[in-house]
Amino acid sequence: MIRDITLGQYYPVDSLLHKLDPRVKLSGTLLFLISLFLIKNIWGYGIATLFLAYVIQSSKVPFKYMIRGLRAVLLLLLVTVLFNLFLTQGETLFQIWRLRITKEGLRIAVFMAFRLTYLIIGSSVMTLTTTPNHLTDGMESLLSPLKRIHVPVHEIAMMMSIALRFIPILMEETDKIMKAQMARGADFESGNMIKKVKSLVPLLVPLFISAFRRANDLAMAMEARCYQGGEGRTKMKPLIYQKRDYGAYGCLLVYLLIVAAVGKL
Amino acid sequence: MLIQLENVNYLYGEGTAYETTALKNINLTIEKGQLIGIIGHTGSGKSTLVQHLNGLLKPTSGIIYYKGQDIYEKGYDRKELRGKVGLVFQYPEHQLFEVDVFKDVCFGPRNFGLSEQEVELRAYEALKKVGLEDECFYQSPFDLSGGQKRRVAIAGILAMKPEVLILDEPTAGLDPKGRDEIFSQIKKLREDTGMTVILVSHSMEDVAKYVERIIVMDHGSILFDNEPKEVFTHWEKLENIGLAAPYVTYIMRKLHEKGLPIDIRATTIEEAVDSIWDWYERSKEKR
Repeated sequence: MIRDITLGQYYPVDSLLHKLDPRVKLSGTLLFLISLFLIKNIWGYGIATLFLAYVIQSSKVPFKYMIRGLRAVLLLLLVTVLFNLFLTQGETLFQIWRLRITKEGLRIAVFMAFRLTYLIIGSSVMTLTTTPNHLTDGMESLLSPLKRIHVPVHEIAMMMSIALRFIPILMEETDKIMKAQMARGADFESGNMIKKVKSLVPLLVPLFISAFRRANDLAMAMEARCYQGGEGRTKMKPLIYQKRDYGAYGCLLVYLLIVAAVGKL
Repeated sequence: MLIQLENVNYLYGEGTAYETTALKNINLTIEKGQLIGIIGHTGSGKSTLVQHLNGLLKPTSGIIYYKGQDIYEKGYDRKELRGKVGLVFQYPEHQLFEVDVFKDVCFGPRNFGLSEQEVELRAYEALKKVGLEDECFYQSPFDLSGGQKRRVAIAGILAMKPEVLILDEPTAGLDPKGRDEIFSQIKKLREDTGMTVILVSHSMEDVAKYVERIIVMDHGSILFDNEPKEVFTHWEKLENIGLAAPYVTYIMRKLHEKGLPIDIRATTIEEAVDSIWDWYERSKEKR
């Protein structure tokens, strides 16, 4: 189940999209998502589909990886679409017993389906083509104007990258402890609710202990290297815009203009 | 024939971008009462292999038999199997969770639905077997030293009274004294109970002294499977895959090159001493 969530799962191939500056990808994703919610007609979604298809194609990531992220929100998607479809007031299209589909309802439901699906796929494209480190680097750089008003941007970015880095480690650790307890006859699957919750104790206690131990070790290792926050800190690989990044910004602008014209933003 | 593996293959992360072959066509038979060492470099697949033996990992293809029964047959009780094939993980002290040592050791046998009296009896016996001092029994496992914690964790497996005991890197991170203690206790345990024991390690030096059969793993397949003496004759190949024969082997080889007619297949210090002594006595008689 945990593995179904594609968000934060980098897919290593060599493509133009992988090489782009993370700032381009971040702001591009954000603008794309905003455009999704502003589009007012079906033709606009046609343009968005073309754009997304082009981006997916140039990312060289197999399409099934993009879809994987959808599986986790499938239920949410269904509920939203069905509620909108049946509960919107307006001009009746057709009616079976007490279920009434209105013209407005159909419209909103279809738009909702487009928005949510493209939202997930769009952000999956970003996380599949950008390493977590790059992502937080880009975020730090984009948010750096906020430093003026004393927002600890570097610290926030550092916390994020540490948190992201620890997800696979803790998942591996969970897997290991689970197996170790199963080797001692633990059973995590059968039994009623209370029994299941109780059976998690032998898993959670060692997991928490190990998480604290790792956090401690990391803090120690950072202090040993004189880490003291963002003040005066330089980077080994600073983010610098290349030609292709400007090209990507250009593409994005063209997309936004077309979608604004067609989709009546 | 206790455990048998037939053409076992295993892929990690099947169907993802990170798919890797962990085991390649493994065929293996383990007889009752053997003391076996599985040796290989980090990432050679030795830990993956032992996790197949008690049904924690399901082979991508191939069959595993325990006492002639396919463990992935429909209706086979793999929980029961895990009680019979006890697996002590690497750094097993990381799995301790109870408020005191005794309760933690009780966890294993209790999972198999034994009576409370039997559970406590087994826990007590197991803690005695690993040589833990009585005053530690009711301490929190987190207050113990590294070596003590490890012994508690091993006792946690022994309390299930397994027929096969598998130890994955049982001495990793211990000092030489702790290492020798663990090994001699394993040896004694085996002499007392006649249990089948499998030791997983990346150090030839450690294992050569104790085992009667060595399985060398490399890149997911079995490279050698023989008596230590035989395996160490391939010392050049072992070095190629990042392992080494025990130091004694090298010394004996050097001496042999200098013209001493001694047994170059000696793998332990005792055997080497015997062989050199033998030669010394013989040469004295000649004079």
